[in-house]
Amino acid sequence: MMTGTAPLFVLDRCSFGYTATPVLVDISMDLDSGRFYGLLGPNGSGKTTLLDLLTGAAHPLAGRLTFHGREVGTYGKAALARLLAVVPQDLHISFDFTVYDVVMMGRHPFIPRFSPPSTADIDLVQAALAEMDISALQHRSVMHLSGGERQRVLVARALAQNTPVLLLDEPTASLDIRHTLDIMKILRRKVTETGITVIATIHDLDLASVFCDELIVLHAGSLYCHGPVAAVMTAPLIREVFAAEAVVFNDELLGKPRVQYRYA
Amino acid sequence: MTRQLTILSLLLLLLAGLVTVATGLGYLHIPVGQVLEIGWAHLTGTPPAADIDSRFPVIVTDIRLPRIIAATLVGGGLAVAGGVFQALLLNPLADPYTLGVSSGAAFGASLAIILSLFGIALPLSWTVPFFAFAGALATLVVVFSLASADSRFSSNTLILAGVIVAAILSAGIGFIKYMADEEVSIIIFWLMGSLVGKTWQEVLLVLTITLPCLLVIFYFARDLNIMALGEKTADSLGVESIKVRKLLLTVATLMTAGCVAISGIIGFIGLIVPHLLRLLVGADNRLLLPACFLAGAILLLAADTVTRALLPHEIPIGVLTALIGGPFFCYIFRKRQLGRGR
Repeated sequence: MMTGTAPLFVLDRCSFGYTATPVLVDISMDLDSGRFYGLLGPNGSGKTTLLDLLTGAAHPLAGRLTFHGREVGTYGKAALARLLAVVPQDLHISFDFTVYDVVMMGRHPFIPRFSPPSTADIDLVQAALAEMDISALQHRSVMHLSGGERQRVLVARALAQNTPVLLLDEPTASLDIRHTLDIMKILRRKVTETGITVIATIHDLDLASVFCDELIVLHAGSLYCHGPVAAVMTAPLIREVFAAEAVVFNDELLGKPRVQYRYA
Repeated sequence: MTRQLTILSLLLLLLAGLVTVATGLGYLHIPVGQVLEIGWAHLTGTPPAADIDSRFPVIVTDIRLPRIIAATLVGGGLAVAGGVFQALLLNPLADPYTLGVSSGAAFGASLAIILSLFGIALPLSWTVPFFAFAGALATLVVVFSLASADSRFSSNTLILAGVIVAAILSAGIGFIKYMADEEVSIIIFWLMGSLVGKTWQEVLLVLTITLPCLLVIFYFARDLNIMALGEKTADSLGVESIKVRKLLLTVATLMTAGCVAISGIIGFIGLIVPHLLRLLVGADNRLLLPACFLAGAILLLAADTVTRALLPHEIPIGVLTALIGGPFFCYIFRKRQLGRGR
């Protein structure tokens, strides 16, 4: 795994859009390994599109985007799948695969064709199921799960993929508070203990402040700012980018800025 | 793993048993023991035992077996193609004809028949399969080029393109039927599907098309599973999903075209069999698709044996399968509607 000074992702004036409507304009930034990045921005600010560029699902129309020094588009899909796991917003599945089957699909890039999964593969899958608290659901069909259970299946599948980089699109969007905290704690722990890189879009500003190392804020398709949590998360930013009033105070116990909305 | 092997061997055993029994059934009844003896003698090249009626070996090897093998290949091929289309289009109600292949084949066959009626003397037994096959492939090319504006080949685009092309072709078939005037019955009989009088040449034709297609499909069975998660996620797991989708659509259509060319339009096998088996063995295509082949073969052979040997008059096999399949389709549709209402 690459460590040290070389950045993991380098974006150099990247732009993207669909038929004449620009979605992302001139994004330039470096992202380092071993950090937990929160990707913030109001609805429609281009968060999912930026994730698509990072995962290679879309390619910048202008500019350059490199991953480990190589343009993302030059990697083979199988090679990229061994380095980078993606959690989409939701899973639409029309067939009766079990939870175990879907999580085992995370091992697809590592299991040779026609081979059964090795014990190491099975162990990774069981560990991911346990971490997401869905071991008891493993023989259930994914078609009959609640939205929150389905989301945990998606995260478990990405954890089973066991890659050095993990990209998540609103991993906590339909979760209750307990499972939200569970996922954030697990991601935090993986970044701190195993040195993986996590980039996640998050709507809850307080949650992002507490768990992330750095924040990337998008506003109307442009990079508004990017930096350590303490430098980025301020009341003026919340007013300007999110059009909401909030108090930002320093939580001395956690050493992190906290966000409290004003509802009046 | 053992459960999967058990299911596959059970289906295989059932198919082998059915082939043996079906060979014995017919206008002349041949006991199962003698069928096996004749088969064994034929395989080893020894003359059959003296106590067997001298007509039986000819009936078994030259008349009944080609039709029976044709039924298993066509039934199996259509069922696997249906399973592939359902998996690729992420739609459990898709079937091998979703892209308009049946209309293309029907148009080709009708054209061959009308040409012969207008005095262009070609042997129908060759022109009909050839024109049907060419019609089906031409339809695929047109549907693909219509859908290619959408670089992702999404399921909705493909289904819509298939519907448009099929509608145009149906009008063409209608026109040909009108031109055929009193000879229209030949076209109608072909459209209803039949396995009457299939020869070893035709069996060989289907086999050379289906066998390579089946191998390609089984090779990509695991990728098909991953593609159920949607294209973006499949790509992020290392599957070249657009390439695999194009390849498998082509291969499944090729196989369908091969089946339709010798049998006419046989509906519902490609819809029911993958559906039923998904309920029985689950959604894993590595088990589902081989099981589809065996079950499709069993179903079509059973239906063909009923119409050939048990009914007083042969009714077209396409009509029989649609009569069983239609109500089943209604049942699934109704269940889905109710499921959505909850």
